[in-house]
Amino acid sequence: MNDAQPEVAADPGDGPPGNAAVSETDAGRVARLDSLGDRDVILHTEGITKGFGALLVLRGIDIHLRRGEVLGLVGDNGCGKSTLVKILCGFHRQDEGEIFVEGEQVAFHSVKDARQHGIETVYQDLALIPALSVYQNLFLNREITRFGPLRWLSNKKMRQMARQYLDDIKVQVSSVDALVESMSGGQRQAVALARATVQESKILLLDEPLAAMGAKESALVIDLVKDLSHNRGVSMIIIDHNYQHLFELCDRLNVLQEGRISLDLRVEDTTMEELTALMVAEYRRRIMLGHQELRV
Amino acid sequence: MRRLSDVFFARPEATIFIVCVALIAYFAYRNSTFYSYYNIIVMAQYMAPIAVIGAGEVLLLDLAEIDLSSGQVFLTAPWFVVIMGQHGVPLGWGIGLSLLICCLIGAFNGAIVVWLRVPSFVATLGVNYVLAGWVLIASSDITTDMPGTTGKFGAWFGISNWSEGLWGLGIVILIWALLKGTKFGVHTTATGGNELGAAEAGVRVRRIKIWCFVILALVAGFIGIIDSIRIGSLDPAAPGLNEMLAGVTAAVIGGTALTGGKATVVGTLIGAIVLGVLEDGFNLIGISANWFILVEGAVILAAMAVNVQLGRWTLKTARR
Repeated sequence: MNDAQPEVAADPGDGPPGNAAVSETDAGRVARLDSLGDRDVILHTEGITKGFGALLVLRGIDIHLRRGEVLGLVGDNGCGKSTLVKILCGFHRQDEGEIFVEGEQVAFHSVKDARQHGIETVYQDLALIPALSVYQNLFLNREITRFGPLRWLSNKKMRQMARQYLDDIKVQVSSVDALVESMSGGQRQAVALARATVQESKILLLDEPLAAMGAKESALVIDLVKDLSHNRGVSMIIIDHNYQHLFELCDRLNVLQEGRISLDLRVEDTTMEELTALMVAEYRRRIMLGHQELRV
Repeated sequence: MRRLSDVFFARPEATIFIVCVALIAYFAYRNSTFYSYYNIIVMAQYMAPIAVIGAGEVLLLDLAEIDLSSGQVFLTAPWFVVIMGQHGVPLGWGIGLSLLICCLIGAFNGAIVVWLRVPSFVATLGVNYVLAGWVLIASSDITTDMPGTTGKFGAWFGISNWSEGLWGLGIVILIWALLKGTKFGVHTTATGGNELGAAEAGVRVRRIKIWCFVILALVAGFIGIIDSIRIGSLDPAAPGLNEMLAGVTAAVIGGTALTGGKATVVGTLIGAIVLGVLEDGFNLIGISANWFILVEGAVILAAMAVNVQLGRWTLKTARR
């Protein structure tokens, strides 16, 4: 399977992709991708395996993520994308293999451990509190308090900081006092992303950040993801089933098949059609294999 | 002006506030005794336990839990004082130890809910009956005098006109400050609104729950002791569930949701005032207590219906 691996973006010696007619935005993107190649790797794994009972879900995963890079994970249902993300965020523990953050080997025993290394996860089922306001959600469990043991809330300060931060990352809400339950899906996702990044997190893991969102809502989140990665240097790993979203959001795509990374592509070096064709071919191959196994 | 009305109606306490003002105006118009100094004192004494138990229950309702034993703790705390007094424990120590036992009862409630995962409705119902049974056994079912009703001590803790009302108001203000102004309060609302999400953010949801049970039991026991000192005697057969339900009623008609994440101590205070005004007003204009129960039921239904509709309406306008 690994023989199909065409090109690895990690190699900084690669020339620009041979795309003849690049538009201006594409050119900018290519420049960004080239510059990413020179940046340091903030997160990488070596030979991660994970099984549940007799089922081996991950069979030696090597991924790497550069500072400020957005990496998309592609693959069929049950290929291990979510398991990999859950290992990286400290929810599951890998059976074998190592995780490195900024070159340093780490062991996560809990989500809290991962968070302490700057890895934040934004879950599909948003972990916001609907009954609390935007700023209360942003500061949940890191409230600014005064009067020592009384832990009296400094609401004024928190409101001000929340407003400032949301302005910085260009998230528009009617008011930081607005309750999250009164907001649309896109706005909620934006607040969730803001909460994950308000404390200088370095790595963000996003599981289907655009699920069940309309075009307008999606645009809001896409802009925010781009702003966070381009201007704030936040590195991200995104799982999404929608290729269009992935091509818009990501710098690089890793294809997971049967518990391995079968392809590592820069988005500039491939197209949606090509990726779809690859996935369909793989799907067919597996069906054929299944038939052969049946015959044997 | 429209904005002002929007802000007003967006508050969950709005409905009950209007009901409260209307009732006060009605009874004051029907009978001038209603706003006499003495009657206001009587009403304050009646409202205080309801407001305190209600405000304490707000903490639990905010967590989407409930404590059915709070009324029985209210009735049992003075019995602890009496029984300890009979065994030679000085009054001050008796009250202190009684309040400590109340805290332990609260912690027990919380522990059963959090660690054994028994629904709070069932767990606290059990504790309610255990306490009620204990009172009947320990008192041999005989009405007893409450100690501490004399001198300066008695005056401070229940005998003087405003004592119970002011203690009640003070405790309600403390609970309001706890819920609205502190990290503990935000974490309580967060736990009730989305327990998993709060836990993921690192909120210690179990600890929060246990503390809320402890706080409710403590304030219910305290106002129970004050109430008994004022009345001067203890009835072992008094049903605690009634006191608890009055408190929960005040909370619910005040705009607190049973489903968690929506709580208002201010609304609960107004709710307690409404219940007190209704009871007292009906007495004054000569309508029987039976009618009071019927009207109380109607008020709960009407207030809830209006609150739910207003909630939907404000959510819709906010999304627009």
